[in-house]
Amino acid sequence: MIDKNFSRRGVLGLGLGAGGAVFLSACGDSGPNEKVTGGGQNAAPAATSYTGPNVALAFWNGFTGGDGPFMKKLVDQFNTEHPNIKVSMNTYQWADYYQKTPAAVATGNGPDVGIMHVDHVSTNAARGVILPLEDLAKALDFKAEDFSPPVWNAGVYNNTRYAIPLDVHPLGFFYNKTVMEKGGLDPEKPPTTDDEYQAALESMKAKGIQGDWVTPFEFTGSMQFQSLLWQFGGNLFDDQASKALFAEDPGVKALTWMTDHIKNGYSPKNVAQDADIIALRNGKNAFNWNGIWTINTLKEDKNLEWGVAPLPQIGSQKAAWAGSHQFVQFKQKAKDDNKLAAGKVFINWISQHSIEWARGGQVPARAEIRNGAEFKALPEQSAIGTQIDYLHFLPPKPGIADVMATMVTAINEAVLGRKEPAKALSDGAAKANQLLEQNAKKYGS
Amino acid sequence: MAAETALTRTPPAQADEAHAGGRVRRNGPLTPYLFLLPYFVVFATFVLAPAVYGLWISLHDWDYLLPGKPFVGLDNYQALFDSSSAVYSFFWESMSATGIFTLLSVPLLLVVPLMLALLLNRKFKGRTIFRAIYFAPYVLGVAVIGVLWRFLLDPNLGVVNAILGAVGLPGDTPWTTALPWGWVTLVGVTVWWTLGFNAVIYLAGLQDIPRELYEAARIDGGGKWAEFRHVTLPGLRPVLLFVTVNTILVSANMFGQSYLITQGAPGTETRTAIMYIAQVGLSDYKMGSAAAMSYLLTAALLLISLLVFRLFREKDS
Repeated sequence: MIDKNFSRRGVLGLGLGAGGAVFLSACGDSGPNEKVTGGGQNAAPAATSYTGPNVALAFWNGFTGGDGPFMKKLVDQFNTEHPNIKVSMNTYQWADYYQKTPAAVATGNGPDVGIMHVDHVSTNAARGVILPLEDLAKALDFKAEDFSPPVWNAGVYNNTRYAIPLDVHPLGFFYNKTVMEKGGLDPEKPPTTDDEYQAALESMKAKGIQGDWVTPFEFTGSMQFQSLLWQFGGNLFDDQASKALFAEDPGVKALTWMTDHIKNGYSPKNVAQDADIIALRNGKNAFNWNGIWTINTLKEDKNLEWGVAPLPQIGSQKAAWAGSHQFVQFKQKAKDDNKLAAGKVFINWISQHSIEWARGGQVPARAEIRNGAEFKALPEQSAIGTQIDYLHFLPPKPGIADVMATMVTAINEAVLGRKEPAKALSDGAAKANQLLEQNAKKYGS
Repeated sequence: MAAETALTRTPPAQADEAHAGGRVRRNGPLTPYLFLLPYFVVFATFVLAPAVYGLWISLHDWDYLLPGKPFVGLDNYQALFDSSSAVYSFFWESMSATGIFTLLSVPLLLVVPLMLALLLNRKFKGRTIFRAIYFAPYVLGVAVIGVLWRFLLDPNLGVVNAILGAVGLPGDTPWTTALPWGWVTLVGVTVWWTLGFNAVIYLAGLQDIPRELYEAARIDGGGKWAEFRHVTLPGLRPVLLFVTVNTILVSANMFGQSYLITQGAPGTETRTAIMYIAQVGLSDYKMGSAAAMSYLLTAALLLISLLVFRLFREKDS
């Protein structure tokens, strides 16, 4: 199943070599595609243009929601502008996608280009599913500042870059203006501090409104928990990501803040999956910490008066959970330089056109686009985008997603009232530490 | 079973024709094996070989993409019985979730469809429509019924609680987020969804019971209950055996309902064994451990099936 001749070092060497060539040719190339005779393997793979023979690229992703059509539009535009590259897009549910792609790669039927959430990049790098992209980063002279250091560094595993960021999708603070007004609040002034927050909740409670539903599920209760944990000065793991720290004091404070909502009558008990945001749409809930992807969902409700702001600062510092979609290239059974080169052109092109992608409800990873007038003109996206400098991602550690499941369970148990916050978190952390140890042994890191 | 009855019902004339037309030497020692061969090939390729391969995987720390798949002997099995291991409590919790679900759902799925089949077996107007109505949910996929009931039973916003509240009953039952309500939901939805299947099998069985037996019972002066006990039940015995074993296996393999409706909540208490095994093997890429778990589950199910077979056999003698 595994190509024994494939070594990480070999690929890295090739990648760097190709990267140098790309860099040289990229410098002198700014016009439209030139016809190059004797293409094939001799065509210098340029990152900004591809001049080799016609290639077809399979591009897989999990954009099943409102973002899918935006990506499809971008792909179509790319195809018209690049007659010698034909990109075909396939969309799966993310959960299926992460099971399917490694299996497809193992049997030699993997896609050429794909998207991965940042917390899956290291696992797939360690398992040899995706290829290093150092060359592309070098060729385009990308720097951390072009993106923002936490976003950029999130795609590095073992000192090697495996992913190019497309977007970041942070948590934002969504609010229903009508409900706020009913609760005696100024709908244009969402709370920004803990004091304001508590006062707002009290005011709504006095009018019989449970204004901030706490959800026990991963979407988005555990993301809210992580944001709060970082705000209280805590961290999920130690620097090497070899030990879970989420059960320490900041974590307990964060989770207690959430469960106190239920205790104090600001949130109903036993909130089911997605009920928090549905309640906000139905005019029953005022506040919701939810992902930026919610923007387009809320926009569909024509009569809904809503707004979105950066997360309020509850703890001692600003912080927000964020995920990031990143471009990756998949390992192929037989290496095809043309496909690799064309894939890089595609990644770069989409990244440059990510303002379109922002309209789909994301914050573009590229700073130049994020700072541009066009992005600023998207009020909701740019409001959430202002959090860019204090976003937090999961550590690039293989198997980190499995470990996070223990934390998700702990949040669920505490919010559903099965366990006290401290107990739930310490039980979860104990399991997390066992899994971290197993993963270290398995992935050799 | 259906095949069996079809065979016994083959008219003798047709059987004779087959005899006459056969020029192939039918009594060759290899003939039966040749006929069995096609199925055996399929069985060996898709059941036997993967099963043996799975056993092999369960003895390794196995990730199909990593070059190193170290042999660990029985470690994966040992971890399942070692209370200090990372998988121990999760695995046994998931096994007990499966056990609870099976214990609660199987009796209902045996009795309710039987009563339904007895009703639907009577002659009355619109019988076919009712048969269709009760079978209809079974046609739907688990994704459909899962999402449907998740929203209907939402504790805070669902229609069910809203209706209960409107008629003066408690309207805040946490159907999907707390116990024991989670089990009520999962069992209830499963019974509603699948009872049609068992009912159809029972119906077919009922129609195979010779009318004369009922007439004889009536002549002997037996009441309805005696008819049911002495004619219907014995007549249904082979069907009952099939339905019992099949229902136990299907219930023990429950995955979709928990996955979609409760998502294992609260915590991981409604996460079934199959759900946990899928997570360990397919999301965490620990196939060795997942294989060991599934062998343990298989062993448990084999044992239970054997017990059921025995139970029915003893009744026979």
